[in-house]
Amino acid sequence: MEQDINIKITDRDGVTHNVLAPTDMAMNLMEVVRSYELAPEGTIGVCGGMAMCASCQCYVLSDTQLPEMQDDEEAMLSEAFYVKDNSRLGCQIQITPDMEGLEVELAPES
Amino acid sequence: MIKTDILIIGAGPTGLFTVFEAGLLKLKCHLIDALPQPGGQCSEIYPKKPIYDIPAYPEILAGDLTDKLLEQCKQFEPGFTLGERAETIDKQEDGTFIVTTNKGTKHHAPVVAIAGGLGSFEPRKPLIHNIKDFEDKGVEYIIKDPEIYRNKKVVIAGGGDSALDWSIFLSDVASEVTLIHRRNEFRGHLDSVEKVQELKNKGKINLVTPAEVIGLLGDEKVSGVVVKQAAHIEKEFEIECDHFIPLFGLSPKLGPIANWGLEIEKNAIKVNNALDYQTNIPGIFAIGDVNTYPGKLKLILCGFHEATLMCQAAYQIINPGKRYVLKYTTVSGIDGFDGTRKEAPKAVVKSIE
Repeated sequence: MEQDINIKITDRDGVTHNVLAPTDMAMNLMEVVRSYELAPEGTIGVCGGMAMCASCQCYVLSDTQLPEMQDDEEAMLSEAFYVKDNSRLGCQIQITPDMEGLEVELAPES
Repeated sequence: MIKTDILIIGAGPTGLFTVFEAGLLKLKCHLIDALPQPGGQCSEIYPKKPIYDIPAYPEILAGDLTDKLLEQCKQFEPGFTLGERAETIDKQEDGTFIVTTNKGTKHHAPVVAIAGGLGSFEPRKPLIHNIKDFEDKGVEYIIKDPEIYRNKKVVIAGGGDSALDWSIFLSDVASEVTLIHRRNEFRGHLDSVEKVQELKNKGKINLVTPAEVIGLLGDEKVSGVVVKQAAHIEKEFEIECDHFIPLFGLSPKLGPIANWGLEIEKNAIKVNNALDYQTNIPGIFAIGDVNTYPGKLKLILCGFHEATLMCQAAYQIINPGKRYVLKYTTVSGIDGFDGTRKEAPKAVVKSIE
């Protein structure tokens, strides 16, 4: 389990969960949330992770270094609701070992 | 009243393949879908994206998968009620069902197969405080009849294909078209973006970017929108208009099906996966992404399997006690309801001298 990292995820009810996320299964943040069932099925990852629905929008609370935003994520966020300066799409954040300590909060469902 | 053997709710890949499997058992199908075209998510959300886990297709575009499924089931002549959402279900005394859509279209069938995916696609509504007051009073989330915009002033908001395409289309219909988007960049097909650029240069589309509609004006009806521009200097101004059309995409909701008395778990319908994918109501089945059972995987290929087994159970309900054994299409060929026949070519019997 040494590849696992610790992430803090605050769900849509405001409850914070400390979860272990594998770094060797090509998982992204949206999938980690789904694997722990921190948001009801059908309310997150609706498009499957193609940056096409924004149902996995989250606010990044820690100053963790994250992959740079690509065009499609930026475009989707520009059409999404409840967007803040620290908004990201969970499906575009691949979990890597240097994300240890990442803290995020799920954006409201829309 | 539309009558059929299996009424399928949802015309995505699972629903379309059901038509084929039912056809092999001489059962006729009719499909209802809230979207205006068949294919479900594959056609609506990601038609140009590839899928890699359809057996025997190393790679196929989602839109092409829909086309192939339609071609495969064509000879079984499925009926379609498109652009309507299944709203209510009423069980009749004889055990059959009447399903009525939001537009009042009635369908009568002994078996109902819910292949509704994540639910019916509903427009995503922007967070404008007074938008609800103006719904159907100048605010439309979906364009059903472009003619209502003739010689009217229209404001469209959004940055995707539908916002671009409708701006282009309405520039010839409406007296004035304004397109508002939060950024200068649009995500859409390159030719749509170029066309909007061209129409903007000709003065046929007013482009307001980066900006956002933050309020609506009007008494009984929309008379204008409040726009907040967020360039270097923030400023607010009003644009006079008769219609405001926010096009921010669609998001699936389980919707009225959730009130049909079916057992729901995790936003999905519980079914008996050991047998036939029937729900807690006999005669109603749930197949594909809309169902759940221990070990469920939301994959198109799993939907195909579930559809196939479901059709066998439907056959038993529709033809009680009637004998049937599974046949291979290679052996029996396919007799379409349209009179066509597909069959394997006969082997050549010839002696070698």
